[in-house]
Amino acid sequence: MATTTSLAPVPQIATHRAEPDRGDWTSWVTTTDHKRIGILYLVTCFVFFMVGGVEALLMRSQLAVPNNTLINAEHYNQLVTMHGTTMIFLFVIPVWAGFANYMVPLMIGARDMAFPRLNALSYWLFVAGGVVFYSSVFWNPPDAGWFSYTPLSNGTYSPTAGQDTWIYLIHLTGLASAIGAINIVVTIATMRAPGMGWGRLPLFCWGVLTQAIMLIVAIPVIAGAVTMLLTDRHFHTCYFDPRCGGSPLLWQHLFWFFGHPEVYIMILPGFGVISEVLPVFARKPIFGYRAIAASTVGIAFLSVLVWAHHMFTAPIPLVVLAFFMISSMAIAVPTGVKVINWVATLWRGSIVFRTPLYFACGFLVLFTLGGLSGVMLAIFPIDWQVHGSYFVVAHFHFVLVAGAVSAVMAAIYFWFPKMTGRMLSESLGKLSFWFQFVGFLVTFGVQHSLGLSGMPRRVYTYNADTGWGTDNLISTIGAFILATGVLLTVFNVVRSLKYGVVAGPDPWKANTLEWFSTSPPPAHNFDVIPKVTSVEPMKDLRAQIAQDSRNARATPTARMRLPVGAAGAVQSATSGGGEHV
Amino acid sequence: MLLVGRLAGAGPAWAGVITPESGGSSNADSIEGLYKIVLIIATVIFCAVAGALVFFLVRYRARPGHVASQIRGNTRLELAWTGAAALILVVLAALTFSSLHGIVTPAASGDDAGAIFATVDQPPAPGDHALHIKVTGRQFVWRFDYPNGAYSYEELQVPIDTTVIVDIYSLDVNHSWWVPKLGGKFDAIPGYVNHTWFKITKPGVFTGQCAELCGQHHAQMIATVRAVPAAAWENWVATQKQLIAQAGTADALAHAKLNSQVGAGQVENP
Ligand SMILES: [Cu+2]
Repeated sequence: MATTTSLAPVPQIATHRAEPDRGDWTSWVTTTDHKRIGILYLVTCFVFFMVGGVEALLMRSQLAVPNNTLINAEHYNQLVTMHGTTMIFLFVIPVWAGFANYMVPLMIGARDMAFPRLNALSYWLFVAGGVVFYSSVFWNPPDAGWFSYTPLSNGTYSPTAGQDTWIYLIHLTGLASAIGAINIVVTIATMRAPGMGWGRLPLFCWGVLTQAIMLIVAIPVIAGAVTMLLTDRHFHTCYFDPRCGGSPLLWQHLFWFFGHPEVYIMILPGFGVISEVLPVFARKPIFGYRAIAASTVGIAFLSVLVWAHHMFTAPIPLVVLAFFMISSMAIAVPTGVKVINWVATLWRGSIVFRTPLYFACGFLVLFTLGGLSGVMLAIFPIDWQVHGSYFVVAHFHFVLVAGAVSAVMAAIYFWFPKMTGRMLSESLGKLSFWFQFVGFLVTFGVQHSLGLSGMPRRVYTYNADTGWGTDNLISTIGAFILATGVLLTVFNVVRSLKYGVVAGPDPWKANTLEWFSTSPPPAHNFDVIPKVTSVEPMKDLRAQIAQDSRNARATPTARMRLPVGAAGAVQSATSGGGEHV
Repeated sequence: MLLVGRLAGAGPAWAGVITPESGGSSNADSIEGLYKIVLIIATVIFCAVAGALVFFLVRYRARPGHVASQIRGNTRLELAWTGAAALILVVLAALTFSSLHGIVTPAASGDDAGAIFATVDQPPAPGDHALHIKVTGRQFVWRFDYPNGAYSYEELQVPIDTTVIVDIYSLDVNHSWWVPKLGGKFDAIPGYVNHTWFKITKPGVFTGQCAELCGQHHAQMIATVRAVPAAAWENWVATQKQLIAQAGTADALAHAKLNSQVGAGQVENP
């Protein structure tokens, strides 16, 4: 009987005050439940993702043939700015806030975030930022690019209010991210399940935690910089205007001091997703848990020392360029260590080919390519040739689309069953993967060549005699293949909400605590919170239950006593009893 | 290995496809050389990673009776590949520093280049046998000032076999000077001066365009460099000065017009 009692921890107080769910839309608007806020984030982000995607397709259509007149110069620059800003500030950063909101409390065995109402405030500030920014499409959208270099973005060269909506977007979404980041840090620091020391924190949580700390470091810098730009524009200050003693380079330094950590802010939670998905589908533990966690922290530290590699072509002394080359190369070490550990995780596994694994492996291939072209860009003489060209466009799309978006896709296919209680269609998922993988390679692969042959980024058209026509046409075709892949996933999600196979609590036989709860989890997440004894608590629980059921069979008088929340673990243990997990 | 071999002997056919443009000036050639070495190393690393991934996916796919090994890591392996990654990067940094001289230090001008400086009133500087050109970016045209006071727009005309040092300015917003075959790009930022150089050995025309978003007509901010024999260049730059003087102190618009006429007339000169 000793073994069964360990399964039934002492009941705890689940909620202090239970409010009945009114079940209508007001319950969503007023919610402070981390899961609902997570869903709100994810849905809103996907709306912005679709909008940003349409902007990208418009630009690709314009560039498909030389001297095209589909979109004029003015609108093209607006599309460039809206696309970049939308994808970064309204999709990739907040989409991780969405996943973190939903998953972190579940993964660490908590019943909500540390500050639920602050959490809701974060979400609504983010929405406000998006609304203010997109309101500009009815007047004059900003057109100075997503990094809004001064003097182009100042009152002389960008006199319309579109640039101001960009500034307010940075303020509002920045505040949202900073508040959300503080919430995440406090939640992970103080609300982990009993027994979950730092060495047992799931790697997704390590990624999100590190990302949150980076947000807290980087956001104040950009908030300060855009405030200075705002006062330059409207209150006759002179931070960035050379005509009265200001410095355009100061803007570049401040922007990229935020902007480079930003890149890792967009990718670290994705690294976390890959670190969760690979071991589950390889049926073995992650290779080098400590190395992956440590390299996450190492990347975060180094990422604040590399910003000037975005400025290698600016008038900066050679010795400074050399420093930033070496620091940028150094960051490739922890990143490379991660990639090797991920590949090693598959070594001697028993790999189950489900859609999340497809996206994780696609991520590995494409992100490695993006990382290697990143090392090339870190070498400043090479950067002098390819900086500001389509080579750079290709590089950061490999990192952000192939990296962050593949990880987002892996996360959707992995966690959709937990969030909705239904499985996504595997065949549609795999089809979506192949469309995205091929579409991606076609779209951005040839862009390296375009950059190498001299095509600068952000040009709305080009002459036929440049010879860029063929590559551009290929790239445009690829973009539509990629878009088809994304739409297949959107269709899959919408369809599976109603027709998906019922998932049960733990369809993947996964490792972390979110699978201990029902799918979708109840408002309070867990009836009981198990004591965590390793980095894979669910694996321990399944082993425990398998052991107990064997004991029970051996002694027929013994009766199992199980906590309600462990239903999933039981199901997994019985259905997968014969399999070595 | 085949790819590595072909790449090492890559000719112009690869330029602009998998390697940067080169062939105009030796700094562009040096950058291309460095790029090729890095590309080969990167290709090897990618093949190793992707190869291992694909091999593991096939070899260790779930099969009946196949049990996953519960391996949690290996400290010595971790140290080994951390060290290997660091070592590769040290090699890359060393390669970069060793090729830096050929990229950043202006080459010496040809023997007969010295004579032309007198004709353009460039003050003689000790050991400086380079022609100094002031390049100024503004929305949406490049202006080139020659040492004798002549200037031109859109097309820069230079003598061959002569080191040209380009001092880059901007009058309004950020621009970026880039003619791929003549080396890397350098930003024109108001309030700052940036520098680069090139030395063209054969007559020819090299095209490039502004590489930093500078407003609506950024895409039309073209830069052309025309290299001509020294004698033809001396002749051209003197005529250019004369024509500008004749035009007197006409406004900038008239200058631009004049320049485009003169420029067109001189195109077939070499
Ligand atoms: Cu320009």
